[in-house]
Amino acid sequence: MALMAEIAAQAVQMLLVLAIAPLMLGITRKVKARLLRRIGPPIWQPYLDLWKLMHKEAVLAHNASWLYRTAPYLVFAATWVAAALVPTYATNLMFSWSADLIAIVALLGTGRFALALAGMDVGTAFGGIGSSREMLIASLAEPAMLLVVFTVALIAGTTQLSVIAETFIGGVGVRVSLGLALLAFVFIAVAENARIPIDNPATHLELTMVHEAMVLEYSGRHLAMIEAAAALKLMLYFSLLACLFFPFGMATKDQSEIALAIGLGSYLAKLVVLAALLPIGETAVAKMRVFRYPIFLGSAFAAAALAVFLLFVSRGGL
Amino acid sequence: MRALSFDIAHLLAGLMLVLSFLLLYQDRITAMLNVFAMQAVALSASVAWQAVIQDAPHLLVTAAIALVVKGIVIPTALHRIVRKLGIHREIEEVIGAGLTMLVGLGLVALSILLMLPVGEKVSILVREDLAFALAVILLGLLMMITRRNAVTQIVGFMSLENGLVLAASGAKGMPLVVEFSVAFSVLIAFIVFGVFVFRIRERFDSVDVSALDRFRGERGEQP
Repeated sequence: MALMAEIAAQAVQMLLVLAIAPLMLGITRKVKARLLRRIGPPIWQPYLDLWKLMHKEAVLAHNASWLYRTAPYLVFAATWVAAALVPTYATNLMFSWSADLIAIVALLGTGRFALALAGMDVGTAFGGIGSSREMLIASLAEPAMLLVVFTVALIAGTTQLSVIAETFIGGVGVRVSLGLALLAFVFIAVAENARIPIDNPATHLELTMVHEAMVLEYSGRHLAMIEAAAALKLMLYFSLLACLFFPFGMATKDQSEIALAIGLGSYLAKLVVLAALLPIGETAVAKMRVFRYPIFLGSAFAAAALAVFLLFVSRGGL
Repeated sequence: MRALSFDIAHLLAGLMLVLSFLLLYQDRITAMLNVFAMQAVALSASVAWQAVIQDAPHLLVTAAIALVVKGIVIPTALHRIVRKLGIHREIEEVIGAGLTMLVGLGLVALSILLMLPVGEKVSILVREDLAFALAVILLGLLMMITRRNAVTQIVGFMSLENGLVLAASGAKGMPLVVEFSVAFSVLIAFIVFGVFVFRIRERFDSVDVSALDRFRGERGEQP
């Protein structure tokens, strides 16, 4: 019986992230539209888009290889697994032993690798530009992300997300390092999710686009998979942010119905707040030139490295 | 577990270090001066907190001096100079911002490595304070050597001095006379710098100190 409950809790988590990822994207778009004094599409529009794309014919280029056809599914699978591993409303779930931060970074890297290859597969100029820029961003963002991982791992003593969240709920005092890690994480999340100021998610025809350039050739169900994966990735970063830096409200040792309900409610509230904050931040800044990306992500790297150094100084006092 | 007093001291000293990095990152003079003023405020708060936890009221005087002189007077004066010279948005860097940041990170690591063995005997609070202060000093020096503009070099020097005060406030029993003389000499240095900037400007129509290079006589005779 206990096993069944555990499996159910894990399944709820896996399906929950998949089910509400498009909704979060919808809220983000709606808030952004309202800030620009437009009415904007309804918040469930992403579901309708996905439904429409699933029922459209997938058009393939003549020279597209098997890689081009399988990449969308690979990207979607990797992102979904990564998103489902992050503890959302409760820790100590069945698979939480595998919810390792480094594993999640690796899963995202796998998805990105597949997408970048697919972008170059057909041989169009736009796809090549998009892939090369994506790799530029990745090569700068991933070291910074790993330093953020090291920061939280040094404080909590492990890279397992579930344990980290529990440690942080217990309280770790005022930490400059965590503030710096949060700053670096926000920069990385903005870059990884192709949001302004790094990339503009609303455009399809612009010379500076990155993510949209890679997926320009896709259509039908392939495009649906990629769009769903993008929504899941945004969701993953929201969940990680909530889990690492604002873990209050999560159900930990106490797995009763009330604790789970509180965990679920606070998780959804945190997500909605983040989904509203993202477009506010996006509206406040302007898109950056491509040549400024290294400075933007370099400052994320510097903040994360500083966080690790500061931990190193104060370590003797524990 | 650790005390709250340590956490707050850690937070304020860490904030100063972060602001030092922000100084390196800025590419507008006006924004840089604002960051510098913020660093002075952080310094003042940090020193005031040291006064509370060390039970040393004279440090409050130091905090007040830092707040008034470096948080208000010097930034305002620098803003005026910058406006008068009409150079509010130019910063010429000798090396790029990314490389400067990397060197800065190296300097922070260096100061931490230096302070770890030195401070085995003293309390963690003092050791950390000294490590942060050394890092701020080194970053100020880095800022002075990576910028060509005379105004930014002044800011680098002042930021270096912020680090000195931070180090001094962490060590117990610094006499007030020393603080006064340090604050006074910084003010004098600032006036000298100010005159210097205007003289360079008069001569060369620019505050780019590389214009001075040909008077050093090291690079042979140039026209």
